[in-house]
Amino acid sequence: MAATDPENAATLVSPGSEVLGPGHTYGSVTDKISSIVLTRGTGKKYKAGLALAIVLLLMLNYAVTVLMAVGVGIFGINVPVGWGFAITNFVWWIGIGHAGTLISAFLLLMRQKWRTSINRFAEAMTLFAVACAGAFPVLHMGRPWLAYWLFPYPDTMGVWPQFRSPLVWDVFAVSTYATVSLLFWYVGLIPDLATLRDRATKKFKQVIYGIFALGWRGSARHWKRYEMAGLLLAGLATPLVVSVHTVVSFDFTAAIIPGWHSTIFPPYFVAGAIYSGFAMVIALAVPLRKYYGLEDFLTIRHLDNMGKIMLATGLIVAYSYIMETFMAFYSGNPYDRFMIMNRMTGPYAPVYWVLIAVNLVIPQVLWISKIRRNPLWLWILSFSVQTGMWLERFIIIVTSLHRDFIPSSWGMFYPTRWDWMVFIGTIGLFFTLFYLFIRFLPMISIFEMRELVHKTAEESTH
Amino acid sequence: MKRQPLYGLMAEFHSAEELLEAAKNTYEAGYRRLDAYSPFPIEGLADTIGFSRTRLPVLVLLGGLFGCCGGFFLQWWPNVIGYPLNVGGKPYDSWPAFIPITFEMTILCASLTATFGMLALNGLPAPYHPTFNVPRFAQATKDRFFLMIMAEDPKFDPEQTRQFLAELNPREVSEVES
Repeated sequence: MAATDPENAATLVSPGSEVLGPGHTYGSVTDKISSIVLTRGTGKKYKAGLALAIVLLLMLNYAVTVLMAVGVGIFGINVPVGWGFAITNFVWWIGIGHAGTLISAFLLLMRQKWRTSINRFAEAMTLFAVACAGAFPVLHMGRPWLAYWLFPYPDTMGVWPQFRSPLVWDVFAVSTYATVSLLFWYVGLIPDLATLRDRATKKFKQVIYGIFALGWRGSARHWKRYEMAGLLLAGLATPLVVSVHTVVSFDFTAAIIPGWHSTIFPPYFVAGAIYSGFAMVIALAVPLRKYYGLEDFLTIRHLDNMGKIMLATGLIVAYSYIMETFMAFYSGNPYDRFMIMNRMTGPYAPVYWVLIAVNLVIPQVLWISKIRRNPLWLWILSFSVQTGMWLERFIIIVTSLHRDFIPSSWGMFYPTRWDWMVFIGTIGLFFTLFYLFIRFLPMISIFEMRELVHKTAEESTH
Repeated sequence: MKRQPLYGLMAEFHSAEELLEAAKNTYEAGYRRLDAYSPFPIEGLADTIGFSRTRLPVLVLLGGLFGCCGGFFLQWWPNVIGYPLNVGGKPYDSWPAFIPITFEMTILCASLTATFGMLALNGLPAPYHPTFNVPRFAQATKDRFFLMIMAEDPKFDPEQTRQFLAELNPREVSEVES
């Protein structure tokens, strides 16, 4: 198999497979992915996209500044709806993050080869989504500068957080999740940073990538420990991701509000999180593959698989909606029954029916394989699902709170422009971070692609 | 022509299979202080050069246990000893309510141990290493495979070892200066 020739001839050519285009070598995958970072530079579309994201980010900064100065009164929240957009956005963002961990950890344990080309940017998506999510409970607190009170430290006041409260569990779950996601992502990047260090031609880039590559040299001993660490992190991150959204659902289930107090919430929330997360991965993957010409790495098979996962998790979500409605009647509890009827026919009924349409009905087209294999259709559909999942959290929070046990305490929630500015602002934060990521770091794991080339070639000869 | 002392000799190969074969032959020839470098993890390569077990899983287990006990104690101590507070008539030691945080702390400490343990055992960060003195070694993060026999190996002899490596049919043998 060895080439007899000079310096840089390809040593092994992969025949390709369903998850990798044909004719790739170790060198070609390395060059293709690292050139996006090192030599391609930024085009007009990239700059326009980044500029738009930064404008939205600045809007977030403005809104948060006003929030700090004036207080949460600028939001539409009041008694009885004390949790409005902020908590809706929190649950939505953290749910989006979950797909990244699932792809990188769970699919690794399942030895799914198609995860290779999507895990890196899906993990980046997780990290940025968690950053957006984490901001909301803090901003929602009224006095965000005292957020550190949530952490247990021996303070002079002699008091401790209420460890029996799901809200404190949430602090631990989300901060652990953010930390582990960062570790997992960075560990995965180390060999690729070394590749960039060795490919970079400018001194500055060599030094910066060199520092973050930590002196990685690809030693067999290092790889052995590295792979073990990756496997252990995957094994730890998989139950973690399930626990995080379970704890998020405890924020609701531990309360006695009809519409919240339900044992179906943990699995229902986890499925919904994966549903919206895969929608976000598709929303990012389709433009990336087109704009950067990555059709060989992000094949139709990848999109098809992600479509199938969306369909499956979407059906779990659908089952939960149906079961929630069924239980409201079957339980014989008048408050539960009223809550469901109020959702379907009350003042927020239009929102509820849009939710059913975009989250349950429209995604059923994923049964058709032609649609799963069509990037454009899948891309459009991903927005339907993300809208749906956002509306789901809005419905759960607002319709459950606005009419509880006593009609005299009923009320309505209307978002103010500040609610919208903070929400849309975090989308700006997310995309600013994501644009910077695709410019400065390899968006596909290079060393795992080389491994895929090797394995694909090996399989074809056997 | 005074040169830096020799750190080792390095042979370059074209494919993972060649490297694996060469590593096997080298180990069988009695060399023990050797290392192999590849652009992606190769199954069985570490075992071939005599590195078959890593302590990392044990460390991670210990890290996890530390997080588990520490996480529980973190909640138990303030609630039972430090500042017992009657909340809704619940017992001070209401341990089921402490499980979620205990679980999260277990995962957190185990993950930190996995990451930093891996780096520490690997001796990273290592900004300088003699292998980087070989110009062709930059290809080790792209598409070339290297085998190095270190000068500290008792069997090492500049001439004989070089000849031995040359017989493994590498693309090139280079000296690694320390």
